[in-house]
Amino acid sequence: MSQSNNVKQKRLILRTVILAVFIIVLGYTIYSNVFKNPAPVQVGDIAPDFELQTTNGETVKLSDYRGKGVFLNFWSTYCEGCEIEMPYMDSQYQFFKDKGVEVLAVDVGEPALTVKKFAEKYNLTFPVLLDEKQEVTKRYGVLPIPATFIIDKDGVVLDYIEGSLPEQSIRVLMSKIVP
Amino acid sequence: MKIVQCECGHNNPYGTQVCEICGNPFDENEQLLNMRYEGAARRSQTYNTTIVDKIWNFFSSVKVGIWLIVLVLLGSVLGTVLPQQQYILSNAPPETFYEEQYGWFGWLYYTLGFHELFKSWWFLLLLALLGLSLIVASLDRIIPLYRSLKKQRVTRNTSFLKRQRLFSASEVEHPEESIQSVKKQLEQKRYKVKEENGNVLAEKNRFSRWGPYVNHTGLVIVLFAAMLRFIPGMYVNETVSIREGEYMAIPGTNYEYYLENEEFSIEYYDPTDEKYEAALERINGLQAKTYQTDANLYRNIGSTIPGAQPELEFVKSGKIIVNEPFTFDSISLYQTGYGTEFYKMMFQLANKETGEQFGTVEVNLDNPQEVHDLGNGYKVKVLDYFPDFEMKEDGPATKSKFPNNPGIAFSMISPEHPEGEISFVAIRTNVELGDNDYKMEFISMLNRDVTQLTVKKDHTLWLIALGGFIFMIGLTQGMYWNHRRVWLQQVDGEVWIAAHTNRGWDGFQQEITQCIQDTKLSEPVDQDVTVKKSKESE
Amino acid sequence: MLQLSSNLLGVAFFCYLFATIMLFVASVNKRKQNKEEESTKKGMAVKWGIVIAFIGLIFQIAYFTTRWIAVGHPPVSNMFEYLTFFGMMIVVGSFVIYFIYRNTLVALFSLPISMVIIAYASVFPTDIKPLVPGLQNYWLPIHVSTVALGQGLLTISFIAGLIYLLAVTNQSKSSKQTRMIEVVMYGILSIVAFAVIVLSFEIVKYEQTFTWQNEQEQSLELTYSMPAIIAPNDSQVVGDAGGFTSLVEAPAWMKGVNAARKLNSFVWAMLGGLVLYGMIRFILRKRIGAAIQPLLKNVRPTLLDEIGYRSVAIGFPIFVLGGLVFAMIYALDAWSRLWGWDPKEIGALVTALFYAAYLHLRISRGWQGNRSAWLAVIGFIIIMLNTVFVNLVIAGLHSYA
Repeated sequence: MSQSNNVKQKRLILRTVILAVFIIVLGYTIYSNVFKNPAPVQVGDIAPDFELQTTNGETVKLSDYRGKGVFLNFWSTYCEGCEIEMPYMDSQYQFFKDKGVEVLAVDVGEPALTVKKFAEKYNLTFPVLLDEKQEVTKRYGVLPIPATFIIDKDGVVLDYIEGSLPEQSIRVLMSKIVP
Repeated sequence: MKIVQCECGHNNPYGTQVCEICGNPFDENEQLLNMRYEGAARRSQTYNTTIVDKIWNFFSSVKVGIWLIVLVLLGSVLGTVLPQQQYILSNAPPETFYEEQYGWFGWLYYTLGFHELFKSWWFLLLLALLGLSLIVASLDRIIPLYRSLKKQRVTRNTSFLKRQRLFSASEVEHPEESIQSVKKQLEQKRYKVKEENGNVLAEKNRFSRWGPYVNHTGLVIVLFAAMLRFIPGMYVNETVSIREGEYMAIPGTNYEYYLENEEFSIEYYDPTDEKYEAALERINGLQAKTYQTDANLYRNIGSTIPGAQPELEFVKSGKIIVNEPFTFDSISLYQTGYGTEFYKMMFQLANKETGEQFGTVEVNLDNPQEVHDLGNGYKVKVLDYFPDFEMKEDGPATKSKFPNNPGIAFSMISPEHPEGEISFVAIRTNVELGDNDYKMEFISMLNRDVTQLTVKKDHTLWLIALGGFIFMIGLTQGMYWNHRRVWLQQVDGEVWIAAHTNRGWDGFQQEITQCIQDTKLSEPVDQDVTVKKSKESE
Repeated sequence: MLQLSSNLLGVAFFCYLFATIMLFVASVNKRKQNKEEESTKKGMAVKWGIVIAFIGLIFQIAYFTTRWIAVGHPPVSNMFEYLTFFGMMIVVGSFVIYFIYRNTLVALFSLPISMVIIAYASVFPTDIKPLVPGLQNYWLPIHVSTVALGQGLLTISFIAGLIYLLAVTNQSKSSKQTRMIEVVMYGILSIVAFAVIVLSFEIVKYEQTFTWQNEQEQSLELTYSMPAIIAPNDSQVVGDAGGFTSLVEAPAWMKGVNAARKLNSFVWAMLGGLVLYGMIRFILRKRIGAAIQPLLKNVRPTLLDEIGYRSVAIGFPIFVLGGLVFAMIYALDAWSRLWGWDPKEIGALVTALFYAAYLHLRISRGWQGNRSAWLAVIGFIIIMLNTVFVNLVIAGLHSYA
């Protein structure tokens, strides 16, 4: 009888192992398929580096801004929310730029001329970047615009906001990343 | 745990219906033996104490398995009632599409999540449970079945023989010779024959019995491989659109590979071809024959930071056509669509009165150049550009970044007007500020094609293929061969023939009849028929 | 070449018809088996029936070959070609069963079913349609023809099941089972009626056009080749209506491109079936099932049960190979994915799951005889729904036909 108990014990262990493996695999699958947030850049991540040209033809690299806070905004000229917040961003930029906060406004793939004329129209003083092939927009997983990433001096994403921001919020966000 | 002891002395596990060794049936009431799994005890029936055992036993049941099949089937049918989200018109927002198209039913369908039914957690769960049922039910059956087929003895209990579906008992003068003659015949029909004390067991195609378990294994592998896709890096499914003459980073390669669309072309069937005339007329018009992208593949040996200008090194060129993907590394590029865009607009600077022309201006609608110097003091400047022009309260604007309706503000500089005259040109629109002497005459519009490619990387393919292969092997082995056994035994001076198969009784009966035709043994009778008849008459 | 090929198909069709008559005569003669002379006559009739059916099959293969030459690719890429091939595979299936069991009854019933399907096929346009780029793949004909063979064999299991049901059902009084059998008969007859109606209107070249508006408020024209019992919603007749316009309009939600015409065809089929069924009932003065039953007096139900099971056992792996495995290989090439939950793909999966359930119910739960036979009937309905209904009604990647 003791031998049969042994067999029984072994079988119970085998069954438990198979069921446990099954539950783990199933749990992972369902979690990653249904509940996982697909955003490639999340709050707390290190902001992925990129390199883009400004409307003035200068090359800007995100990692060059280590030590500074970066207000990274994705926008376009045809997006009304962007049009509203641009002047706010600029006026706050005037205040924060000496305190170590940089604004990078990435246009999501419009012709350079269109963007340049828009920037001139609104007298934007911060660098406006051209993401011609939308590589950066895709890397950051930006779908609706405007979208803003708040990046601190160590390159960590502190916050991510979709939608147009009022001037008050822009000030609060910028003050968070003063180094 | 109870043990069932047979009169032959063998101890059988609890739940056994037919003794593993001699075949003595424990249930005396049945007229025919239930030979499913050789009457062996299913493992699940053996123990049923802990919660793990209870779960296990639940999934071990074929009944549960069939219910799962039926549920998956019903779920799938539900998924065809309305089109799934991936097949509705692109750009149609699903939250309104279903209600607008199908009324309250569409609303309900969308609200219950049936528009993405095959991605829903409950459908995945059903498939997974079906997988679990396959594993558990197979394990529980194959082990005892293997044991009892391995252990089976030649000489069987008489009540085992008597209750086989094919059976006959005959009194003949020379029983041993008869048995030997049948044995020879059976051997000629490729039976494996074992002999013991003048009794014979002839068996063939036992491997057919493993068919179900082999095919279940294949299915489990396929389900497992499908699940592996959720592991990052195993599966890439992206799309990329490339304009003619441009290159783009291939998604999923981390900016290591770039693809250039050298040319996209469509070939049509000849509508005057006699062969296709009638059919082409019916669908009134053109039918595409091929969609083709001539592509060049480059490797980026420079910076792989997104947005950075890559340093490209040519790798290879090739064509991508429907049904013939372009492959490199483990990535395949498929031709899945195309579009056409406005590319360049050609204008002429002309004097309105004299009609004199001062040169052409070519505006690249993706990236217009600001100043066009025509010489002799004539210059055209692009003041502003709206790719998808619309008029708003505060002036001209663009609706999107696509050059669907380009609108261009020109400043025309001439010796008479060094400050420039302003003209705004869009399709079928020409607005002037003031009364100009010069005009921008539209000459032509150049289009270009955009190819749409699907980028696929699938490291699970080989596993799915393996699973599918095993599945088909298992199906074939189980379905196209039948396990046949014949017992020939001397019982009280009579020769008993009993036979069992899992399928194809009619052919089996004929085979046995052929084997005994040299003897005076009587043909085995299909007792299933007689049992049914007697039941009916009751 | 195309004309030759369609003539060959016609010859094949008439061979099947003659073979059916021969086999029918043979099975009627079975009832008076007492005379030796009769039984040899019967033997001759059976022999000739099978031979003629085989000649028919050869003619149909000749049709297939000549059409292949004319079209330039294996002719299994539109509804006409597919259905005729499916009909051929049913004949092939009945020969497979004939060679295993030497049973002519299955052939006797399969030939008319095959003829019904070939007749129905001729409702669809037979001209040569150039292949769209997605279909230019050698895996496509492999996939399609394997599916057709699988479906043909599975249809044999339906036929065996039907014969079983016709043989064992107690026809002395009306019951649920007798009524269900009549429903199946009605279904088959409505396909026959539909083919006859369509072809007759084709001969008189009936045509009627309507204009209507789709949901984008575009004005569209829809041409009917049968009188419109059901016209498109809110539509106007174009040109001279010739006395008859339409009875009713389709409901407002039916806005698919050809939705109203499809509904009209369906109603014609249902009504035609009703008329045909009614006529047959009137002539026979009893249930069709009851009229057929005497022919099946000498049938061994267990043998039919086994034939039904055996044809599933043979057909299921082939169907799975064609409908799932080869389908995936083709889809990976053409649409960049193995499996995409397209309505037709789901249909193939549903069919495979259904027969998997059939096999498990039979092997493990002992569902034999009556239950098994009804499952085979349901299986055939699923196959027909997936072959015809999904293509015609539910749009998807396979609705090219």
